[in-house]
Amino acid sequence: MATAVDPSALSFYIHIPYCVKRCGYCDFNTYTPAELKVESSLNEISHGYIDLMLREIDQARQTSQATHVPTIFFGGGTPSLMEPSDLGRVIQAISEKFGLTTDCEITLEANPDTLTKERLQGYREVGINRLSIGMQSAVPHVLAVLDRTHNPENIGKVVQWAREVGFEEISLDLIYGTPGETIEDWRATIGSALSLDISHISAYALIVEQGTKLAAQVKRGEVTIPDDDETAEKYLIADEAFTQAGMNWYELSNWSKDGSHSRHNMAYWVGSNWWGVGPGAHSHIDGRRWWNVKHPTAYRERLEKDASPMQEQELLTPDEIARERIMLLMRIPQGLHTRDFSPEQIAILDGYLASGDLDAQSWRAGSLTLTRKGRLIADRIVRDLVL
Amino acid sequence: MPAIPLAKAPQPSQTNPAQIRNFCIIAHIDHGKSTLADRMLGITEVVEQRNMRAQYLDRMDIERERGITIKSQAVRLPWRSGIDGNEYILNMIDTPGHVDFTYEVSRSLAACEGAVLLVDCAQGIEAQTLANLYLAMENNLTIIPVLNKIDLPAAQPEKFAEELAKLIGCQPEDCLRVSGKTGAGVEELLDQIVKQIPAPVGDPDAPARALIFDSVYDSYRGVVTYVRVVDGHLSTRDQIQMFSTGVRHEMLEVGVISPEPVASKGLGVGEVGYLITGVKDVRQSRVGDTVTNYQRPTDKALSGYKDPRPMVFSGLFPLDGAEYPMLREALDKLQLNDAALVFEPENSAALGFGFRCGFLGLLHMEIVRERLEREAGLALISTAPNVVYRVTDDSGKELIVTNPSEFPDGKIMKVEEPIVRATVLAPSEFIGAIMELCQQRRGTLLGMDYLSEDRVEIRYTLPLAEIVFDFFDQLKSRTRGYASLDYEPIGEAEGDLVKVDILLQSEKVDAFSAIVHREKAYSYGVMMTTKLRELIPRQQFEIPIQAAIGSRIIARESIRAIRKDVLAKCYGGDISRKRKLLEKQKEGKKRMKMVGRVEVPQEAFIAALTTDDEKSKEAKK
Repeated sequence: MATAVDPSALSFYIHIPYCVKRCGYCDFNTYTPAELKVESSLNEISHGYIDLMLREIDQARQTSQATHVPTIFFGGGTPSLMEPSDLGRVIQAISEKFGLTTDCEITLEANPDTLTKERLQGYREVGINRLSIGMQSAVPHVLAVLDRTHNPENIGKVVQWAREVGFEEISLDLIYGTPGETIEDWRATIGSALSLDISHISAYALIVEQGTKLAAQVKRGEVTIPDDDETAEKYLIADEAFTQAGMNWYELSNWSKDGSHSRHNMAYWVGSNWWGVGPGAHSHIDGRRWWNVKHPTAYRERLEKDASPMQEQELLTPDEIARERIMLLMRIPQGLHTRDFSPEQIAILDGYLASGDLDAQSWRAGSLTLTRKGRLIADRIVRDLVL
Repeated sequence: MPAIPLAKAPQPSQTNPAQIRNFCIIAHIDHGKSTLADRMLGITEVVEQRNMRAQYLDRMDIERERGITIKSQAVRLPWRSGIDGNEYILNMIDTPGHVDFTYEVSRSLAACEGAVLLVDCAQGIEAQTLANLYLAMENNLTIIPVLNKIDLPAAQPEKFAEELAKLIGCQPEDCLRVSGKTGAGVEELLDQIVKQIPAPVGDPDAPARALIFDSVYDSYRGVVTYVRVVDGHLSTRDQIQMFSTGVRHEMLEVGVISPEPVASKGLGVGEVGYLITGVKDVRQSRVGDTVTNYQRPTDKALSGYKDPRPMVFSGLFPLDGAEYPMLREALDKLQLNDAALVFEPENSAALGFGFRCGFLGLLHMEIVRERLEREAGLALISTAPNVVYRVTDDSGKELIVTNPSEFPDGKIMKVEEPIVRATVLAPSEFIGAIMELCQQRRGTLLGMDYLSEDRVEIRYTLPLAEIVFDFFDQLKSRTRGYASLDYEPIGEAEGDLVKVDILLQSEKVDAFSAIVHREKAYSYGVMMTTKLRELIPRQQFEIPIQAAIGSRIIARESIRAIRKDVLAKCYGGDISRKRKLLEKQKEGKKRMKMVGRVEVPQEAFIAALTTDDEKSKEAKK
């Protein structure tokens, strides 16, 4: 897995800020038709929205020196609400202006509710070659707490269609630690995911974000967040099961078969350059980070005037870059090396080696890899090193 | 108008003692003493209407906010009697109103011939007022009973007049009725002060003797010493001498307060005023000491001088260790004005460098802490207050312990602790609750008297340590705020006392050690270990928390090792936020104290050192 940064490459993140319905745990920058208070259908809105994004891609071309695009990622929101032809226009524009690498990874985040075999066929035809399907759980009462509407049985059908239309890279998104989820529920979800023909799994411990419906339910005492020890247990169970099934961790919350890791997400962790297109999207180029205005209306107003949609930017100091590096690469096996650390930091890490949080073999060979147990306290180790 | 213009009034140092009346006002907090004093300043016209402000005489912010007087003052009020038409000089000597300052009160009383006993006629007399009343009676002062706040709808003047009459042995109709707020009855009160309180008597030709009843540090003028001349005369050209130390001082200025300082030629028999000698530290001009003339000194001091003795000790530590020098400076500065405050450096393994401070009592402690925080802008942690123990070890060697960490670990023959005589006044319906509390706190009932049909005075001896530990809060909460408390030290008694240590991962946390009665050691241990389990965040290893007497563990808890400390998601849009969170956590890390390998947040120390009652008070708000 390459962690070197290619300065002439630029990845694209394309943000689709629309959902049919907001899930109870979600605090992402996305809007439902009700929240947007518009009469027109989502279809019409989104068609116009693509035109705006094409303008931002024009702006990117004028600013960036990049010569090729290795990955594109459609995230959201619910990008699978968009017509394949609309996403195709985006891919086309990037391809024309920047040039795609021959093995360009183009991922679509997909909500199983929105997918049919025909639609999948359409996405495949416009160049999308990787699917990340929001399965979350195989257990109905867990999906209900998460406010997800799909029938868990549909997941198998969707994976099968995707295979049939030619998708080779299929990932499932899972969430554990939902209120009411038992260890057995989680095992069932893992079993169900591993029974499908997939190459990648992302599994996240649920974070109750402020301002969400779920946070309000927790506050009112309607649901109880499982304690951290149980959630840690679920991580260990998952890691063991995925590893046994031939999917190894390549980031704290991501597992894949050999060669099937998400190259787009790796770009975030190793500090590559990427351009986030759309409202609220974040970008990073050569130590400069910026993010766009958050609301689609504000975004529209900016681009209609051909102004930059950037809301704020920060130029990272060498110290900040160093801190970010440790913070991000800690999450990856062999992401950091003994030469990256000061003698004081090495002393701290030796302590973690002794407590079994660092893999001894990797450390002896000069690189840092967290053990299963160590991964669960990765943020603590980062704090110890950089504070 | 019975007021006399200042210029025409009898002048200081030339006033016939027969024209002088020295009095103080004894009252409980909130019973309206300051308002009445303000009214007197207004009626006698020593303060012009346009310069008037509330609580004119209280100088410190804390005094005004809490409505209590910490340092006393004396104001010279000219007054023409409405009864005989003659001119008089009334010296109103303000007294501190709290139990911690009993000694200062007693010196203020000693400077007077009479006292106005001021009682809120919606509330009745309170324990501290009663204690000060007894002090006044011991000093043979003439007592004028006054019911204040007669304008209040809830006033019950008849009921409380009976109570006062019974206490001081007069007729209910002898109680004056006033309202400091409206001014009703205040002129009559001034006339009665002239009529009832005897004029001071002294020998004008004897060597000078003046009683110091207060001394205050002023950053411009040095120490301002308030005195009452008993015999002889003090004048600007004199050299004076402090009787207790024999130290000679130059007299730079003599004057009276009216109510701003006015320099005069001197002070004669019976007069009250101030001296400035250029001294910079109130400890050189101590309350209770006798001032005399250096060239012609007296050989007989005025009686009653005592060195202030700290009764309650607590460690004060800056939250930020770098502020230690500022804390020292601030304490030095406070001490200039507070002869009762003592301190010495203390090094706590858990809290770093700070000072072990001795106070007269809990209020004194609170006031000092608040002034340090407010005036010096310091953020402080204070350890739980404790009293002074006299420990005798096996070899018969005696040790004075003012800090639990000094309590010897070896065999101990006996431990003695200070005992107080406590007086509680409360409505009789609370007798049961009060007695139950006093029994729990190792009290011995001395007696009980009915002040009126439904109010009782209950007297107990109690270990001071029990009062220091949240007794007052408990008393208030068990009597719905109706009980009042006063206490005075009466000696020492042997107690079955032990030191309980708290250990984190086998490391003693000195800040949490406490000396407690053996029967309460277990509950203290359980309380502290449980509290700490909740307060200390989980770490990479298991942390045993133990309470121990010597090497014997009496309670234990443990904090399980943390298993998860990681955020699952970190994508492009999360990076900036996550880095900023990390930078913020840096601040939190600074506020961690290390106990061995255990990181203890400062908040945990503060919360653990806060008594449960303060928490429940918070909850009730």
